[in-house]
Amino acid sequence: MTVTAFLTDSTLCIGCKACEVACKEWNQVPGDGFIWSGNSYDNTGALGHSTWRHVKFVENGVTPGLGGNSPEAFSWGFSSDVCKHCENAGCLEACPTGAIVRTEFGGVFVQPDVCNGCGYCVVACPFGVIEKDEQDGRAFKCTFCYDRQRDGLHPACASVCPTESIKFGNLDDLRAEAHGRIEKLKSMGFDDVQLYDPVDSSVAGTHAIFIVRGDPGTYNMPPKPEVPTIYLRKGWTSAAIASGLMLAATLFAFLGGRRA
Amino acid sequence: MSEPRQQKSDGPTNLSDLREARLEEIRQHAQRAALQPAPKLDGLTLHASPETGYYEMPILKKPQWKSEIPLYFFCGGTAGASAVIAAIAGITGSDERLARDARALAAIGGIVSPALLIADLGMPSRFLNMFRVFKFQSPMSVGSWTLMAFSSNTAAAAFLSTWQQRFSLAKPFRILQTAAQLISALTGAVVSSYTGVLVGATAIPVWNQNAAILPLHFAASGMAAAGGLLELRGHNSPALNAIGLITSLGESAVGVSIELRKNHALKPLKSGSSGWLTRIGGFFSGPLPLILRLLSFGAASNRKKKLRKIAAASAVAGSLATRFAWTHAGSVSAKDTPLLLHGASNALAQKH
Ligand code: SF4
Repeated sequence: MTVTAFLTDSTLCIGCKACEVACKEWNQVPGDGFIWSGNSYDNTGALGHSTWRHVKFVENGVTPGLGGNSPEAFSWGFSSDVCKHCENAGCLEACPTGAIVRTEFGGVFVQPDVCNGCGYCVVACPFGVIEKDEQDGRAFKCTFCYDRQRDGLHPACASVCPTESIKFGNLDDLRAEAHGRIEKLKSMGFDDVQLYDPVDSSVAGTHAIFIVRGDPGTYNMPPKPEVPTIYLRKGWTSAAIASGLMLAATLFAFLGGRRA
Repeated sequence: MSEPRQQKSDGPTNLSDLREARLEEIRQHAQRAALQPAPKLDGLTLHASPETGYYEMPILKKPQWKSEIPLYFFCGGTAGASAVIAAIAGITGSDERLARDARALAAIGGIVSPALLIADLGMPSRFLNMFRVFKFQSPMSVGSWTLMAFSSNTAAAAFLSTWQQRFSLAKPFRILQTAAQLISALTGAVVSSYTGVLVGATAIPVWNQNAAILPLHFAASGMAAAGGLLELRGHNSPALNAIGLITSLGESAVGVSIELRKNHALKPLKSGSSGWLTRIGGFFSGPLPLILRLLSFGAASNRKKKLRKIAAASAVAGSLATRFAWTHAGSVSAKDTPLLLHGASNALAQKH
């Protein structure tokens, strides 16, 4: 089965939020309200239980010819964020009920009828994506439009993107496409374009990759995301020692006490 | 509340055509509306940068656990350790009265613990989903199964022991009682320590940077609370005093190691409200009961009892505060965007 992916090219994004709107309409996700975060034109702030696509608005200095609609205006950097659908997904590993599964398209899907709201995935996601809806009591995140993919359709966000900033397709094809696009942008003088695709971390790559200008950190993309299962060996070793010590110390305390 | 939030799209073809048409409509609207004048930058204090991230927004989500969870860490830890005390006091035959009370404490904790977890989930039926699968790579799954084995065996051990004291037990039941007691002690030790694994294996820096310490720390904390509660119940036992001494020594060592390590990720344990809570919890768990117990050795019998009781109360309070301190520190740690962007050393340099 082919592994599908998103390639989000922020150099093409115009910040229109059609992806956010389409995602909400298609998946019937509750609204976030029209309260501005105070950070540019951003009203959703970050990904969460009711925000499965989030357009980030980064305001840079005045760079004539780049961004904005007039030479005196500062330049914009937009990037539409989404669940990374990790190769080694912290949320999926942590889920105790088996609610979070890997789909036949390689995506990470939360089965809403199985999720029991324990909240462990929330602290296991290295990207701060999945969140518990306190009112509903269960955790929600991007489904990668699993229902649409099964019908052979593209995810809603990719379908509506008017600039094709959000591309959907086969992961390997999109990786190749991303490298080609970066070459092209560099030849056009955009020396600072980068591909965000953390293959060298314990996450072992994601199924949502991004082309951004400048440091991906500006867009809150962690340079070294780690899947928390890497801490299990340390933890269980310590727990085994702790259990042994508990038994030994108590035995010692009682035998010593008897002699005294 | 249990209705699916999502609706499936199994409608007739023309309906799905309509939906695709609607997506096209959104696309065209976005294309038209995209031409907007840029706003003025005045009054904008935060900004996005490689150092501070996206408008200083947290990269990670903070734990969404209610206070039931740190309470459960305390309650489960105490119950598990109490089962260990009950089994060993019983086997060594040193103090049958103490073994009985420890069994009772473990059994009560074994009932309250799942109740706290259910309260956090909000619906009893949701807790049952924990037992759909067993996943070794999920400490939450391993812990839930272990807790169930613990609770049932502890209740069985307590019930059979009481029966034996009142009436008497036939041989097969005595074997059953011993088996339940043993399983209760072994799973109890795991229940006391696995919560440290659970918290350590997360994306939260202050937790995962302590992945190796937390299980030992939580086990010592549970042991101290169990011994302390039994002492407060009136058991003036040298064995419980020895447990108090060992655990307060261990907790002091944990405190010293936290204070000495120069890892920026540990900042929530040393400053701000979570830092204060950690230090208060640490003081009541470690140095204070340690000093009181050491003083008690030279004291006259009456004063000795009093000093040990104060030490016991201090250890119980310290254990409770420690669980809340770690949970709170996790929430603070999730907001440390510079740390996640640049690792410990750079984030440290940037703060000074
Ligand atoms: S980004 Fe987070 S929520 Fe998405 S698959 Fe990875 S761990 Fe899960």
